[in-house]
Amino acid sequence: MKFVDEYRNPTQAKKILKEIARLCSEITPKDNKPIQIMEVCGGHTHSIFRYGLNQLLPDNLEFVHGPGCPVCVLPRSVVDNCLHIAQHEDVIFTTFGDAMRVPGSSKSLLDLKAEGGDIRMVYSPLDVLAIAKKNPTKRVVFFGLGFETTMPSTALSVMQAQKERIDNFYLFCNHITIIPTIKAVLDSPGMRIDGFLGPGHVSLIIGTRPYDFIADDYRKPLVAAGFEPLDILQSVWMILKQLKNGEAKIENQYSRLVYEEGNVSALSPIQEVFELREFFEWRGLGSINHSGIKINDKYSKFDAEKEFQLKQVTVVDPDVCQCGEVLKGVLKPWECKVFAKECTPETPLGALMTSTEGACSAHYSYGQNIDLINR
Amino acid sequence: MCLGVPAKIKEVVDIDNQIVLVDLSGVKREVNVACVLDSSNRLDDLINKWVLVHVGFALSIVDEDEAYKTLMILDQIGELSATIEELGQGEVE
Repeated sequence: MKFVDEYRNPTQAKKILKEIARLCSEITPKDNKPIQIMEVCGGHTHSIFRYGLNQLLPDNLEFVHGPGCPVCVLPRSVVDNCLHIAQHEDVIFTTFGDAMRVPGSSKSLLDLKAEGGDIRMVYSPLDVLAIAKKNPTKRVVFFGLGFETTMPSTALSVMQAQKERIDNFYLFCNHITIIPTIKAVLDSPGMRIDGFLGPGHVSLIIGTRPYDFIADDYRKPLVAAGFEPLDILQSVWMILKQLKNGEAKIENQYSRLVYEEGNVSALSPIQEVFELREFFEWRGLGSINHSGIKINDKYSKFDAEKEFQLKQVTVVDPDVCQCGEVLKGVLKPWECKVFAKECTPETPLGALMTSTEGACSAHYSYGQNIDLINR
Repeated sequence: MCLGVPAKIKEVVDIDNQIVLVDLSGVKREVNVACVLDSSNRLDDLINKWVLVHVGFALSIVDEDEAYKTLMILDQIGELSATIEELGQGEVE
């Protein structure tokens, strides 16, 4: 595939890995601990494990898997609200496949579907509009989630529903925004991350300027990175070069798609349809101010929260779950008490085991054996 | 969740709703291009351009020059130190 295969060349990967090892040997470690690079995006987590990149790095360099898997950070209460909506007789509930297995308090959307609930996996929110038009007597609800990458598609679908007067379409909006999330990571006690792999596809929407505070205020490098193995390795190499030179800059490795100013045509529907929530509860991270997104008053007739009178309730995770510690990089996935025991991708207890982008699921699927040997 | 796939725009399908047909590795699919339209990129200008497709929407046009430049940089990484290494090996004690 063009613009993909070229960035998977193993010969070049070997060359860059050699350079990465050389740079790592020239950087003085802090307190004799490995250099830590956090990949913010779950897509990067998936690529790192899929290609085994974590196993190719020198011993004094490690990836910390960040909070950028939107499914993984969904609080239990949101899944409960999905189930509440989907239980109505006249509702068709639609979602991306990733959210189907996320456990709520008593069950997942997949469980409810097995019990006969009309829950449908969709590829695009535009498919939801088609379902709504075909089923005028049903209320058709789309579970909107994801960072800025996915927001324009949801916003444009709401605008399309307005334009075509599709009045039986509703959005249960659980989009989240990246900057307060990275700030929460930077402000968390004990944080010792040395640099960030910036989320490539979020960056193509928002550009690279919103990250400036990471270099200016926190003196950490960030490189907006693509998702192929060579993209990731080149970005790691760019971060290490900065660390070696004592620099903290925002750089762009993914220049074939990411522009400094972002994509104005994609940002405008986001501004048209959405506004910030004051608080949003994250699984494992607690409440992060202004990190959640909701529908504004202009489009409120499409708001599922109003239509189904949903309440924001906090539901705690089971005691055995250590997703929060793993999300913050305090624990490695295999150090969790229930990893690969009670908690597996087939029967996930925590959300990190649910999505293929979750650190635990990626570890289980691609890295389990090596980690179990290392235990 | 955030993954996208590069695809080549083949033809305009629906002008009003800004829908085009793309070729995704041999699979044809309709995609909304509202996010890549602006004063310099109108619908007809998009034919044969490569875009990144995410959940049925084109989110960005691939800058082919930049894609090539990245490959050039990748090609050069390690070249300098490899040369220095080779020079070192060739040194007469």
